[in-house]
Amino acid sequence: MTPLLSVRHLRKSYGALAVTDDVSLDVAPGELHAVIGPNGAGKTTLIHQLSGAARSDGGEIRLAGEDITRLGMVARVRRGLARSFQITSLLDGFSVLDNVALAVQARSGSSFRFLRPVAGDRRLNGEAMAALDRVGLADRAGRRAGSLSHGEKRQLELAVALATGARLLLLDEPLAGTGPEESALLVGLLRDLKATHTLVLIEHDMAAVFALADRMSVLVYGRVIASGPPDTVRADPAVRAAYLGEEAA
Amino acid sequence: MSAGASLPVARIEAAPPRRLGALAGLLLALVALALVPVLASAIGAPFLVVTATRILIFAIAALSLDLVLGYGAMVSFGHAAYVGLGAYAVAILSAHGIHDLLVQSAAAVAACALFALVTGAISLRTRGVYFIMITLAFGQMAFFFMVSLSAYGGDDGVSLDHRSRVLGARLIDGDVALFYLALGVLAVVFVALRLLVASRFGRVLRGIRENAVRMEAIGFPAFPYQLTAYAVAGAIAGLAGVLLANQAEFVSPAYMSWQRSGELIVMVVLGGMGTLVGAVAGAAALIAVEEGLAHFSEHWRLGLGLMLVLLVLLARGGIAGLTARLRGGRAP
Repeated sequence: MTPLLSVRHLRKSYGALAVTDDVSLDVAPGELHAVIGPNGAGKTTLIHQLSGAARSDGGEIRLAGEDITRLGMVARVRRGLARSFQITSLLDGFSVLDNVALAVQARSGSSFRFLRPVAGDRRLNGEAMAALDRVGLADRAGRRAGSLSHGEKRQLELAVALATGARLLLLDEPLAGTGPEESALLVGLLRDLKATHTLVLIEHDMAAVFALADRMSVLVYGRVIASGPPDTVRADPAVRAAYLGEEAA
Repeated sequence: MSAGASLPVARIEAAPPRRLGALAGLLLALVALALVPVLASAIGAPFLVVTATRILIFAIAALSLDLVLGYGAMVSFGHAAYVGLGAYAVAILSAHGIHDLLVQSAAAVAACALFALVTGAISLRTRGVYFIMITLAFGQMAFFFMVSLSAYGGDDGVSLDHRSRVLGARLIDGDVALFYLALGVLAVVFVALRLLVASRFGRVLRGIRENAVRMEAIGFPAFPYQLTAYAVAGAIAGLAGVLLANQAEFVSPAYMSWQRSGELIVMVVLGGMGTLVGAVAGAAALIAVEEGLAHFSEHWRLGLGLMLVLLVLLARGGIAGLTARLRGGRAP
């Protein structure tokens, strides 16, 4: 099967430091591909490169066969690749509903419309409510986003990513900073998202990663040292030495 | 979509009663303002009409700056250049025998929108302090261009032979008529901007103000939206300039000086950024205080400075934020 996302020999250096060093990976349609690695392994830089927030120094990124290496963030979103943020990055002064409705608005019609009030737009709000419903935030729609609890903000991040209509979601540590209960709820949500979306998941929570991932890549010092199904990766001696060993020890 | 999901939407769509209240408030304010000339002549102080007209004109300019500054999060320090360009559209066309207000207004709007598009496209490549500096630089360029334009008075400025005509008629030769024209333009601009900030476009602009990175990540690049707002604001400020030239029957580069740009910023901040009502209140307060304190003492700017410091420290959100809090609501 043609991969939905195909990364070949991707590079990125800051000065002499190679943060992304010859990374290649394939993400098949419908799979959840986890990227794990210790702190400083270059996971967030990789997400920046994949989403278009950072330029790559070399290599190639293809989305459904199309070369998107040189495209900016907005162009990638329009082609169906959206990201969420590790540090929650919402429009805090907007209502929960408006945060999501804006993501719907971005892909439905021109936003160079100046006179008709948008707040009551039934189509935008309807699709936004569907996304909120899916992440379990429907009853918070009228609240200010800034007033949500941390876990709810993580849910809202997912709803916004969903509402972009993207096929491929890059999720940058969606469980970051959540407690056990919130975390369990979010893992359930991610499992539900798997049914309809292709996901690239960057995550520190190993239990969650091994529970969710179809395949995974292990990143250490910017290099992929192992890639494959969770069981294979878990058994890989290099991984055990470089990464999992730290926790097992 | 589940049935339960429709409830919150219904709650949010229940907003129109508030919108009706706002409309009533707007009409009330309009009627009250329309009575100013009547009151002024009743108390034997017709010069108040002139002051009130200046307030209306600067309110239009401050409203346009609020779109840029308050909603677009672009701190433009060259906004007076657009007021000046609008005024010069009147002066220059008049000097060539074109006295029609509509033609002059169209020229002012076109010239200002063009100037805003070109300088905005360059300025928006920068952020923060650099944006302030580059808009200041463009404003000063316009200022010095007019200073050097000796055919139209240069540094000294140029007097108009008479006010603009409307299809050949002397409709705004009287101060009261000009007052009502300014009031009409202000009302139209206010309503148009109210609609604009609540529209699809306005929501994107407000979103970029809150978090430009997030907006880019969901598919909204900041540049085209901010540039459009910048050009719309420039065009509106140009209209204020057309009115100002007619009010003073005189145009000079001083209209475009950076001090004037600073005053416009003060009006918007004083009134409350991103509220529209605040821009109008700020213009009224600044001009009224200027004239009021100027009677008191020649050191009136000291008093104004003190008031500004207190307002910014104690009442963030400006006059609009203060009244909202006094009425028990949340600052907008």
